[in-house]
Amino acid sequence: MGSADMVRLEDLQASRTLSGRKHVLSILVENRPGVLARVAGLFSRRGFNIDTLAVGPTEDPAISRITLTLDGAVHPIDQVTKQLHKLINVLKIRDMEPDGSVAREMALFKVSAAVENRAEIVQFAEIFRAKIVDVSRRALIVEVTGSHDKIEAFESMLRPHGLLEMVRTGEVALARGGD
Amino acid sequence: MRAADALFESLQAEGVDHIFGIPGGANLPTYDALVDADLRHVQVMHEQAGGHAAEGYAHASGRTGVAFGTSGPGATNLVTAIADAMMDSVPTVFITGQVRTELIGTDGFQEADIVGITLPIVKHSLLVTEAAQIPEYVHEAFHIASSGRPGPVLLDVPNDLAREDIDYRTRTEPINLPGYRPNLEGNSKQIRIAAKAIANSRRPIVYSGGGVINAEASAELREFVMADRFPITSTLMGLGAFPADHGQWLGMLGMHGTRTANYSMDEADLIIAIGARFDDRITGKLSEFAPNAKFIHIDVDPAEISKNVPAHIPIVGDAKRVLPKLTREYQSLQTDSARLDGWWSRIKAWQNEYPLAYEPGTEGEIKPQFMVEMMHKVTGGDAIITSDVGQHQMWAAQYYGFNKPRKWINSGGLGTMGFGLPSAIGAKVACPDEEVVCLAGDGSLIMNIQELATAVNENIPVKIFLQNNGFMGMVRQWQELFWDERYSGVENGPSPDWVKLTEAFGAKGMRCEDNADLEEMMEATLAHDGPALLDVRTSPRENCYPMIPAGNAARDMVG
Repeated sequence: MGSADMVRLEDLQASRTLSGRKHVLSILVENRPGVLARVAGLFSRRGFNIDTLAVGPTEDPAISRITLTLDGAVHPIDQVTKQLHKLINVLKIRDMEPDGSVAREMALFKVSAAVENRAEIVQFAEIFRAKIVDVSRRALIVEVTGSHDKIEAFESMLRPHGLLEMVRTGEVALARGGD
Repeated sequence: MRAADALFESLQAEGVDHIFGIPGGANLPTYDALVDADLRHVQVMHEQAGGHAAEGYAHASGRTGVAFGTSGPGATNLVTAIADAMMDSVPTVFITGQVRTELIGTDGFQEADIVGITLPIVKHSLLVTEAAQIPEYVHEAFHIASSGRPGPVLLDVPNDLAREDIDYRTRTEPINLPGYRPNLEGNSKQIRIAAKAIANSRRPIVYSGGGVINAEASAELREFVMADRFPITSTLMGLGAFPADHGQWLGMLGMHGTRTANYSMDEADLIIAIGARFDDRITGKLSEFAPNAKFIHIDVDPAEISKNVPAHIPIVGDAKRVLPKLTREYQSLQTDSARLDGWWSRIKAWQNEYPLAYEPGTEGEIKPQFMVEMMHKVTGGDAIITSDVGQHQMWAAQYYGFNKPRKWINSGGLGTMGFGLPSAIGAKVACPDEEVVCLAGDGSLIMNIQELATAVNENIPVKIFLQNNGFMGMVRQWQELFWDERYSGVENGPSPDWVKLTEAFGAKGMRCEDNADLEEMMEATLAHDGPALLDVRTSPRENCYPMIPAGNAARDMVG
């Protein structure tokens, strides 16, 4: 009878469901037709909202990596990963801890660049270690790589100059260390 | 070997002895190979019904059910059955023909992207892109459909690939899918913690679901529940896993469950959920569900745990493996059963105050609840009962008193009207020595009535007890109670004449309009050598009670 006293009902806690922060999920999937549709379909069906999504090959041609970010303040990440694990073609899911991983995003910005503000744009680009990859009479295309926050910051600097078009890849990430 | 022949070789290697289906252009190679295959094909009248028959077969036997359909409309007709099998975790494999590979994506004749259409409602799906995949995919499909949490798997086979020659050898090695490894054992430490929590509980209740039946764990459930005086309730899908005539049984819970079961959930301090998923028909208003309880949740599907109700002690595993361990751990604690005395006196008081009951009818009137009780009597409580969806389904769940698993076959999650007759056909094919009775509603039965032809043609002697109240009864009830009696689309009208219709199909049809004749006519229906239907005219405006109005809490039960 004695050992049963160690588990008192009033002490039991249910796990918290919302983390309250952004999550980067790195999902290894079998490289087969329709896998992305299964993942994307799962998100839309369950009402999970993907913030960014990037898909590409890995070192193993039979395996692709889907990197997606979503808001843990709105979605129970635990439930999202468990639902993803139910897809037969999903091999591995890693919830990338911010401190334990490196995450990068690339963006291209087409900025209206008249003679008078061209120098300032080039200066910003240098500060952000961005590259001017196309120049024409009226506009510049600037390429920048970095963390999500850096891209956001760069975008806010360019916007007042007249942001004509932009494209962002969505974050990709790898865990730090040797595993 | 031709790939279509290899398809049957691998089906037979999986132990398939029955298939339900209809041929068409795209699956002609499959049907050609069927001529030489050593298994029985039941030729149904509509693909949806073939799918439900495969489900009925699986529910009754525990084996994986198989349905065939051709491409395009043949495949889309299967969609409802696939969705049904997904919601109720029924092990099923659906094999569809697809247009020739070169036509895929061109909107060819009878082309439908059935893999795309069914993505959200399958456990998995496989589109064959090389002929050699066909036998391999059959084995994968059966492995996935029948293991872990069972479910439907779709296999889409293009016409041209089924005709190709391939190297075939019988598969001997086990299936290895790196992305699919169901966890069956359950974490020992969690099981020990659960046992201790139960030992410290003063108001525990076991809430079991269809997962226990899928896991073939009814005996293990009984042993656990009887390891102490734990009260037990079950979901609609879980009925029969624990005998309804046992003293610890509280009846079904949920929207049309007993007051005792729902009030016990409401006041419990510990809920032991086993193979159940806290569906909204169980919880009612989620924020007021079981406010005093901690939850132990045992399920083979980790995604069900803490999906709707956060679990305090999650245990991922198969009920058949977890329950014996839990029973052993609990027994080793040698708990004093007297701590449950107060809880049982509370439960007994509810049972005395709120038994399942109905007003007796007027002279000759056939009350639907009485009809179910009479079904129990004439079948000895031992038949396989399938049902459609609606009031009659709930009355069957309340009044039949299922004592064994796999005797109660219905569409719980999806709520598919028209499920009863085809699933009865599938059940009878799986269990030819058992009495199989479809309790039908008149709104539902018409939706798949064409399957009477299947029953006659294929000599499958199912019996239909039609609870005919002339209404879409459950919808009528909701309109009466919650929509100010503004009746809309719920009267079924005088057509069809069910007896004539049944006779036209070549089955035996009878009608019963007087309470006093019911027993005799039911017995005559059962005694008939072949498919038979008894059209029973029941009280037209009877309501199904008790009831938790949708979105309310257990405390708010009415009726």
